[in-house]
Amino acid sequence: MRALARAWDSDVVYSFRRTPVAVISAAILLALVIGAVFCRWIAPFDPYDLASLNLMDSFQPPAFMPEGTTAHWLGTDDQGRDMLSAILYGARLSFVVGLSSVLFAVVVGVVVGLVAGYVGGSADAALMRLADVQLSFPAILIALLIDGVVSVSLPIAMREGVQVYVLIFAIGVSFWPQFARTVRGSTLVERGKEYVMAAQVIGLSSPRILLTHILPNVLGPVLVIATLSLGLAIISEATLSYLGVGLPPTQPSVGTLIRVGNDFLYSGEWWIALFPGIALLLIVLSINLLGDWLRDALNPRLR
Amino acid sequence: MLTLILSRLAQAVPVLLVVGLIAFAMFKFVGDPVTIMLGTTYTEQEKIDLIHHLGLDQPFVVQYARFMWDAVHGEFGVSYRLARPVMDLLIERAPATLELAFVASLFALVVGVPMGVYTGIYRNRVLSRVFMVISLVGVSLPTFLIGILLILVFSVQLGLLPSFGRGQVVKVGFWTTGFLTASGLQALVLPSVTLGLFQMTLIMRLVRSEMLEVLRSDYVKFARARGISNRAIYFGHALKNTLVPVITIIGLQIGGIIAFSIVTETVFQWPGMGLLFIQSVQVADIPVMAAYLMLISVVFVVINLIVDLLYFAVDPRLRLSRGGRAQA
Amino acid sequence: MAALLEVDQLSVEFVTRRGRLLALDGVDFSIAAGEVLGVVGESGAGKSLTGAAIIGLLEKPGRIRAGQIRFDGKRIDDLSPDGMRGIRGKQIGAIFQDPLTTLNPLYTVGRQLAETIQTHLPLSDADARARAISWLERVGIPAAARRIDSYPHEFSGGMRQRVVIALALCTEPRLVVADEPTTALDVSIQAQIIGLLKELTREHGTAVMLVTHDMGVIAETADRVAVMYAGRVIEIGPVADIVQRPSHPYTQGLMDSIPALDRRLARLRQIDGAMPRLNAIPPGCPYNPRCPKVFDRCVRDRPGLMPARATRAACWLYAPETVGEGAHG
Repeated sequence: MRALARAWDSDVVYSFRRTPVAVISAAILLALVIGAVFCRWIAPFDPYDLASLNLMDSFQPPAFMPEGTTAHWLGTDDQGRDMLSAILYGARLSFVVGLSSVLFAVVVGVVVGLVAGYVGGSADAALMRLADVQLSFPAILIALLIDGVVSVSLPIAMREGVQVYVLIFAIGVSFWPQFARTVRGSTLVERGKEYVMAAQVIGLSSPRILLTHILPNVLGPVLVIATLSLGLAIISEATLSYLGVGLPPTQPSVGTLIRVGNDFLYSGEWWIALFPGIALLLIVLSINLLGDWLRDALNPRLR
Repeated sequence: MLTLILSRLAQAVPVLLVVGLIAFAMFKFVGDPVTIMLGTTYTEQEKIDLIHHLGLDQPFVVQYARFMWDAVHGEFGVSYRLARPVMDLLIERAPATLELAFVASLFALVVGVPMGVYTGIYRNRVLSRVFMVISLVGVSLPTFLIGILLILVFSVQLGLLPSFGRGQVVKVGFWTTGFLTASGLQALVLPSVTLGLFQMTLIMRLVRSEMLEVLRSDYVKFARARGISNRAIYFGHALKNTLVPVITIIGLQIGGIIAFSIVTETVFQWPGMGLLFIQSVQVADIPVMAAYLMLISVVFVVINLIVDLLYFAVDPRLRLSRGGRAQA
Repeated sequence: MAALLEVDQLSVEFVTRRGRLLALDGVDFSIAAGEVLGVVGESGAGKSLTGAAIIGLLEKPGRIRAGQIRFDGKRIDDLSPDGMRGIRGKQIGAIFQDPLTTLNPLYTVGRQLAETIQTHLPLSDADARARAISWLERVGIPAAARRIDSYPHEFSGGMRQRVVIALALCTEPRLVVADEPTTALDVSIQAQIIGLLKELTREHGTAVMLVTHDMGVIAETADRVAVMYAGRVIEIGPVADIVQRPSHPYTQGLMDSIPALDRRLARLRQIDGAMPRLNAIPPGCPYNPRCPKVFDRCVRDRPGLMPARATRAACWLYAPETVGEGAHG
């Protein structure tokens, strides 16, 4: 209880309480996350249940328009799917892919960075060369290429089932170098410090030293980069889905929904594209705002 | 300086070889060119003949070498989907992508740098806050969504600007340009803004943060202590020091523009190389994918080299690191 | 003769979310034309802050809360930024601690000099350049005509500080605020730089406010010395008196702690304790927790500067009542 009280008073939480932008975006994000996690209970319809779709319901406008009904608050798409439910389920997919890919990138990047920084020598040079080369290409391109190549290599029957994992892998791979470089830099700095030498003198094994001593000290910047990357990862997934090489329409993420809606912009059913678009914007915007605030709060130089 | 160029080029070669290997591997392991080219009914002899003709019975390394040799000569085979030589397709579509990329970069620079400078100097003015909000939204909106929103507003609702295609283009030598016709220029507007917006916000934020950093530096403090005018400080000392790191980022931004041109071309059905690439991924048109991959790698290597050279030219401290010594 | 610079009960505070912190509390001293005032004290005593306030470069969240700064009889603490800019550089110059970060790495030395000269004097480019070269020669840069087009990183540390001195003096200001000008330099170079500064300022009759924690430099260079502690001046007087016959117990402790080269000492003397943090300054005299001669008045009332033997010190030991009672002195 006292620990909680101390945390409440800490600089970071204090800054949070005083920054309305941070509080608002956290609230929005929380609402979105809850909606996504509990979509099965919150959503009025199940958009994956193909049997329940009725083509007669298709192209219903949103509830606040003259022909709309409250059965479908945000209207329906060309298949008769309820937009609100589809967006909730799609948001869940977006979060899942986004978080998993960042986690993947963090794990790979941290391991590579620790090893490179600690071991040094030619291993370090090789790993960092690899990271640098990859960094000279834009992440989205790397993700697109991996996704494209892997998708194309898989037999069609398998494709839809594993698409999520392919996406997570592709986006994760496109982000690891940044983490690796940062962790490697911090590891180099920590390695030269006395507490590491002391641990080595005592006879602790290298993996132990890495895990228990060095790792906690290099995680700070990792957190900052991870929050930045989360928004980018979600955007990447949406982009790939929009391009048609991401999640399929049977299991649509928000990006896929926008792709579907794109075709109907000119015929007047603008809601099919716009509402998923707004949802995506809210997700990424709130993540970015929180990330910005977190970065400023953790930056010792701005205090 | 020459040594720098040579060493960079030397570093680039292994990268290109590896990329080539990946491209080649796609050919080998994805799909079966035999069935693609022969269809579903063929005799065993036809198959053996074709395999021999395509050189598929040679060892891996030999095939790889032949592939790379062909690639260097611009020979990438024929598109599965369009039945035309890949190189022709790429060359035909390159002007569209290049013009788009150029205008988008121009937009990003011309709007982003001044905005960044303004928000760096006048941190607390209302306009600065507005710019910062715009930049935040710009970073949070994926490129395709920006495109769709722009289409919704300017094409569908207002009917002011076209939302697909290049408009009328004029053929100048081997180049087709949209700059010379009114419809061509109009068609460029929405796609360039879409493509450039993300870069613009990044540039603006970068310039701003660099500016803030520089304005807190000791040499600016010393310049103020010497009574140097605000104008000289902002547009002399501060700006010059700000632009040095910005130049490198701008170079890397060009890479991002090329990458996101794929998305923008898809949204606006812009007939460039990016759209070609996406269409080829959707149908597993390997020759086009492989060619695009290699071409992009070459472009990035060249860009990185140019950026390194630019850095070298702009920051006098770096010129010293190759063999100079501080004189006492 | 009226003093060139008068700092009159200057108080500077920092407004932060944790409250207001008083960093300078009633700082009071003056500098006459052509004189060198050394300002000494531990880190955090407020020396640099005073310098910054005088030049008008106090950084937020610091601000002047009370008091005045007068230059040539006119107030400068309440000038507009433009007004202050006219004074900075032309009348009051500044030298900072680290020459590497003080010079713009992307401008040649000549360009920075010419820019400074042309900001304050209506000279043509050619004339400004010639003047810049002559200044480089005066601060002892060899081959000045060639080096004028060099970049700062092409000079060694000592040479860079010479350039900084040239930059500060090339407009011939009447007062120079030098904030730790030698701290970032090698010991062997320090003497040269101080010597140069002394020579040039005497030549032009420039007054100097020399801020440092190095008593050796002060003893060599200053005419008068002000000792600062916890944001206030606690003793001020001629350099010989401060060094040899200090009145305030803090100054006495400072002088005692400098080991002399001509005596053998069993142990080094030090002052116990540490200077209080800004938010924990004790009532009464700020030195009272560490003072070996503390008595009851010290804890209650805060002393102002009062005549104390050869100097002026903020210490109740020298209050007429205490002296009259024949207290420990």
